Amino acid sequence: MQNNFLGGLKEHENRLLTVWSQLLIESGSDDGAVEEEESKEFASLFLSALATLNGRFQDSQEFEKVEDLIVGISTSRGKRGFSPRENAQYLTTFKQASSQILSELITDSENLYQANLELNAIIDNMTIMTFEAFMRGREDIISRQVDEISEISTPVITVWEGIVALPIIGTLDSSRTQIVMENLLQQIVDTGSSIAILDISGVPAVDSLVAQHLIKTVSATRLMGAECIISGIRPEIAQTVVHLGIDLTGIITKASLASALKTAFDMLQLTVVKRKLV
Amino acid sequence: MERIPILKMGDFLLVTIQVDLYDQLAENLESDLINTISKHSSKGVLIDISAVSIIDSFMGRILGNIAVMSKIMDAQTVVVGMQPAVAITLVELGLSLNGVISALNVEKGMDLLRSKMHTSDNEEQDYDDDNE
Repeated sequence: MQNNFLGGLKEHENRLLTVWSQLLIESGSDDGAVEEEESKEFASLFLSALATLNGRFQDSQEFEKVEDLIVGISTSRGKRGFSPRENAQYLTTFKQASSQILSELITDSENLYQANLELNAIIDNMTIMTFEAFMRGREDIISRQVDEISEISTPVITVWEGIVALPIIGTLDSSRTQIVMENLLQQIVDTGSSIAILDISGVPAVDSLVAQHLIKTVSATRLMGAECIISGIRPEIAQTVVHLGIDLTGIITKASLASALKTAFDMLQLTVVKRKLV
Repeated sequence: MERIPILKMGDFLLVTIQVDLYDQLAENLESDLINTISKHSSKGVLIDISAVSIIDSFMGRILGNIAVMSKIMDAQTVVVGMQPAVAITLVELGLSLNGVISALNVEKGMDLLRSKMHTSDNEEQDYDDDNE
């Protein structure tokens, strides 16, 4: 039985480790001390699982442990900066080393072929798992960053009693406009502010779609009973808006946040006075 | 038949809508309100829609109609307390309710009505924070 042959590898664990680490160094994906610990643990667990293997490896409980371990190893290697290619090499070199030992152990070519076939199936399956683990790690990072971006991009600031400001940074698309609008309107209700300043100095470009979104936000704010001022209009933006034929005449627009704030003070009949020194 | 109560507060009329409006109810409100304005010769109407969670295009038009009708009868209409979701829906529907003046809450709406009264009484053009 080929299982017995694969199980026989356990007795040659140390030699296998030597051959393997040699191959790892040659392939250039070696990581020194941490690596050695990991490799030792993996080889030991893997070979024990092989030794006790009875029937299909997919059904074996021992192999579940091995698979968990290799997923953990590939995740931690991914964090240490290994590419998925190097992660796969980690396993393929292990396969090479095992094959080498097997060819020394088994003389009968039919049995050797069977043993290698079995070994290939097991290790290839694990290689796929390392890729999956790598992708999952990446996807986790991406989804966390997406959440973070949508969180940080829409802070509503109370600049004065009755005045809220919302600096928009980055491109405005439909989904972000929706978030921005909801946040702004909710904040207007919560604070009872009657003036909202929308600062677009952080918006790289304004096209007709972005302008449409801005106009929508302004209309919604007005429906709520608050006034909306758009500030931070850069010269390029003014040019594009006019060239595109977008009508912003119904909206109060200001060049800077300072002048928007000044207008807001005027509307609330507030004045800022410099104190006289005596 | 179900009706929306219309309360008289001095020169103003106060309408608080506590239920989601259906078409018939809205139409009744429109005619009731116009009749009440003429009866008391009111100068302002304040409609509180803070409890209304759905406004469709029909309701939007009714609100617009009320504003225009009362304007003809020399009464100013202010809609107060619109919920953010309602505002977003109206904008997405393309109804910006031109001619309807909004305020955040009843208190601010009352201030707005008073300031409107004040300016029309004195024929002054001092600053008023309307939303036209």
